[in-house]
Amino acid sequence: MSALELWNEIHLELLAAALASIKLALGALTIGLVLGLFLALARLSGKGWLWRATGIYIEIFRGTPALMQLFIIYFGLAAIGITFSSLQAAIIGLGLNASAYLSEVFRAGIQAVPKGQTEAALAIGMTRTQVMVWIVLPQAVRVMLAPAGNIAISLLKDTSVASLIAAPDLMLRAQDLSSQYFQPLEIYLIVGAMYFVLCFPLSLLVRAVEPDR
Amino acid sequence: MGDVQPLVRIAGLTKAFGSHVVLDGIDLDVMPGQKLSLIGPSGSGKTTLLRCVNHLEQPTGGHVLIDGQPIGVKQRGGKFVPMSSTELARMRMSIGMVFQRFNLFPHLSALQNVMIGLVKVRRQPREEAREVAMSLLGKVGIAEKADAFPDSLSGGQQQRVAIARALAMRPKLMLFDEATSALDPELVGEVLGVMRQLATEGMTMIIVTHEMRFAESVSDQVVFMADGKIVEKGPPHQIFHEPRMERTRSFLRAIDSR
Amino acid sequence: MTDLFTWLPRGDLLGNILSTLLLGAGTTLMLTAASFVVALTLGFVLALMRRSPWLPLSAIARIYLEIFRNIPILTQLFILYFGLARLGITLPATVAAVLGFGLNGAAILSEVFRASINAVDRGQNEAALAIGMTPVRSFWSIILPQAFPIAIPSVGNFLVGLLKDTSLASAAAVPELAFRARMLVSETYLTSEIYLTVALIYLFLSLPIAHLAKRAERRSLPQRAA
Repeated sequence: MSALELWNEIHLELLAAALASIKLALGALTIGLVLGLFLALARLSGKGWLWRATGIYIEIFRGTPALMQLFIIYFGLAAIGITFSSLQAAIIGLGLNASAYLSEVFRAGIQAVPKGQTEAALAIGMTRTQVMVWIVLPQAVRVMLAPAGNIAISLLKDTSVASLIAAPDLMLRAQDLSSQYFQPLEIYLIVGAMYFVLCFPLSLLVRAVEPDR
Repeated sequence: MGDVQPLVRIAGLTKAFGSHVVLDGIDLDVMPGQKLSLIGPSGSGKTTLLRCVNHLEQPTGGHVLIDGQPIGVKQRGGKFVPMSSTELARMRMSIGMVFQRFNLFPHLSALQNVMIGLVKVRRQPREEAREVAMSLLGKVGIAEKADAFPDSLSGGQQQRVAIARALAMRPKLMLFDEATSALDPELVGEVLGVMRQLATEGMTMIIVTHEMRFAESVSDQVVFMADGKIVEKGPPHQIFHEPRMERTRSFLRAIDSR
Repeated sequence: MTDLFTWLPRGDLLGNILSTLLLGAGTTLMLTAASFVVALTLGFVLALMRRSPWLPLSAIARIYLEIFRNIPILTQLFILYFGLARLGITLPATVAAVLGFGLNGAAILSEVFRASINAVDRGQNEAALAIGMTPVRSFWSIILPQAFPIAIPSVGNFLVGLLKDTSLASAAAVPELAFRARMLVSETYLTSEIYLTVALIYLFLSLPIAHLAKRAERRSLPQRAA
């Protein structure tokens, strides 16, 4: 079967699977963003034990492969009685992973806001929370957008790893279809192209918001 | 003198960064309505002293009283404990500060910069805040730039917005931290003009400055500091024309020979 | 007596597990090192191609970059495996993996090199030209040596990422650490113990790399004139 004929046969399945990948990525991204912000603020709170604890968390998730993290959450936790579906494990695992990277991006963004801004806001009687919400974070976001965007794109690509714990995603569907149609090369090339179509425009978008060099 | 209490009382104030002593025992009173200028060479501690008044710097010893109330610490059963961030914020509402680098909020327009304190801190309704802010911008002479953002304003204009922002909180005391030092020379006058106007309206002001002629014309008291200590303090005529300490004299000589 | 009895087989098992994992770690390191060399060389060539004034060359480099950056590495590995098979080339899985990681890494490193070259102050090139150097001589003798320390942190980062990515080769039965771990778990059912140990091993492998990168950066920085 030619690639085009193959595409006509399976494109609906592949698109559905791509949607599953996107949903996976969005779920993980949400966890990553929320937890990441929380971690960054904890890190910046000035309390020594929080700095150390968050530091360890970040080191662990950045220093071990995502695949391992998924294995531990899916297989490892099941062995001690906590069972997640492969989808849940993938969202949690990739989300925790992303949160470690995002927290560093958030921290850098917040620290990039000049100290004088905080001082001026404090001087007019704002509380520290008000300073963070109305003055620091709005300015920090500008710095954070590009790196956070890149992490989001990596996350989308990393959903492919979820296929290795049989979570529903594009790569898993590709594996199934390969054993059905016996044309793995064509199928994976199509899948590769689909990922490209998803990620490339996003990377252009991220580059557009990057501060000019 | 009567029994009017000082608006600002600084007693035995010391500040050290590690082993580096920046303030070495400062005692100073500022009465309501007084204008006090702090002059001295860089590194003398004058900016640190100013920042201790609104507790942007935490003293390592001594205390600062604003209208009889200690700032940064409070009494609890005979001991002094640090103030909560909310209590500190509340005290800072009555102290206005103008910074050398303006520190305007770049993501807000001039009008919004002035309004944000009124809306978020004093919790005034937006329309009321807008009116107050507009009139303050008019007072400092830039009502027409209300919707401009800081990056399109000159240094002098930005600093005047900063003054309006501080005034919006209706402070009893205004602190000026070298408010004109970062300005191009031709813009200095417009800011000094606003400061002068505030002075004639009776605002209590502590001014850290290098503008000696301005300090002389506007102040009731001038304090000369060096190496973390007050070397000499007195009325402007004394400090600038009949200084009693040699250190003061040599400082003024060095300034003059520019 | 009974204590000794129950200990001995476990001791054997433990030794077996540890030695298998260590073998796996060795393969992982080898994979990483080999892929790194490929990625460095090809990445440098690509960076030079990007700078070429000849449009076709820079365009090819640009297209290569975008393709390899926007497709998951797992997909790239699969395409490579099946592509090679289709072309009739039989490579051992490990070699194919090195090729796959190397090609992907080259794209990433080409961007790192491009960024570090651009980060060298423009005035350096101007000064070199002003004393009569050709642009080529200026590039190799003045710009590149300064771009090198600038690149080190990003290259170090990349290397850590590469180490972790090699775990994906387990999907192709390459006997690296993740693969061995999976096999051991299916044999012994000591799921959490083994995976946690493996995670620790990866951690112990990645932390020194980050540390070395920091040391290498410090050492290669030009000495500041006193």
